[in-house]
Amino acid sequence: MKLLECKHVYKSFDKKEVLKDINLKIPKGKIIGLLGKNGMGKTTLIKLINDLLTPTSGEILINGKEIGIDSKKIISYLPERTYLDKSMTIKQTFKFFSEFYDDFDIEKAKRLIEDLDLEIDTKISKMSKGMQEKLQLILVMSRNAELYILDEPLGGVDPATRDYILDTILNNFNEKASVLISTHLIGDIERILDEVIFIDKGKIILSSDADKLREKEKGSIDEIFRRMFKC
Amino acid sequence: MNFVFDNDRPIYIQLVEQLEIYIISGKIKSGGKLPSVRELALKTKVNPNTMQKALVELEDLKLIYTERTNGKYVTKDQKLLDKFKDKYAKDKTQKYIDDMKELGFEKSEIVEFLKEESI
Repeated sequence: MKLLECKHVYKSFDKKEVLKDINLKIPKGKIIGLLGKNGMGKTTLIKLINDLLTPTSGEILINGKEIGIDSKKIISYLPERTYLDKSMTIKQTFKFFSEFYDDFDIEKAKRLIEDLDLEIDTKISKMSKGMQEKLQLILVMSRNAELYILDEPLGGVDPATRDYILDTILNNFNEKASVLISTHLIGDIERILDEVIFIDKGKIILSSDADKLREKEKGSIDEIFRRMFKC
Repeated sequence: MNFVFDNDRPIYIQLVEQLEIYIISGKIKSGGKLPSVRELALKTKVNPNTMQKALVELEDLKLIYTERTNGKYVTKDQKLLDKFKDKYAKDKTQKYIDDMKELGFEKSEIVEFLKEESI
């Protein structure tokens, strides 16, 4: 049974069709890149999987069951935009997450914050943008979830923060879970991906093992993507 | 261990190549135990699945072997290690010769260059 399966998923806003016949299967133990330019449907698809939007038609299954309360328990989601109250301290965000999610490993989160030399009583509003991004990632990766969905985790971060984010994803990834990462910054992330999904104009154009694609097309995923979409 | 990758070629192939050098140069000793897949993946900053694939390849080449439940070890077969080292040296030498020929040097000149350079 697949961890995540989308079957003929369509999504329209008014008359505009944003996703067209999305079919995908994600097994356990993989890091998968959902790659596409801005405005091609990545975030919409992620919101559908997280039950924040409803498909116009089609089916989304998590461990073979329709999405709902049970799927939310096992999906750890990093949205594109922050939802944390900036007047909270790091400690308060930990409490917030512990209350919300049974699988939140507060000890792990504390360790990761210590590694950053951050005081647990620091207010989010006092932290740099890069640190805020790291905190959010720590919160999301400290859940013992089955599916981690990270929407543009590298958007607007400096190279050192980018390396930190990639390391944190790798360090906390295990064979029982999968990670779905959406991004348009392909070159930065492709090294850690098992599989890639190209999405363009609301459709899945290609889905492949990353190394097999490099071998077949003789180039980096980034180059192949650019060749295909001429951007 | 320091690994550098370019994204243009399959990562697992580059891992095999670089681990091969560590093994044939003796940096990972003959008969020595390899770190776990997970540790190696973290060190090299690659996906553990990719590392696993590279180790399977090295095992197919007989450069490493799995001891049940104990983990993976570098081969004790010195002949095999020498064979790989020899092949690698030949490839490197050929590459150097090709590059020099590309620059327009004759064989005798290439030999002179090697003599002049303190090795």
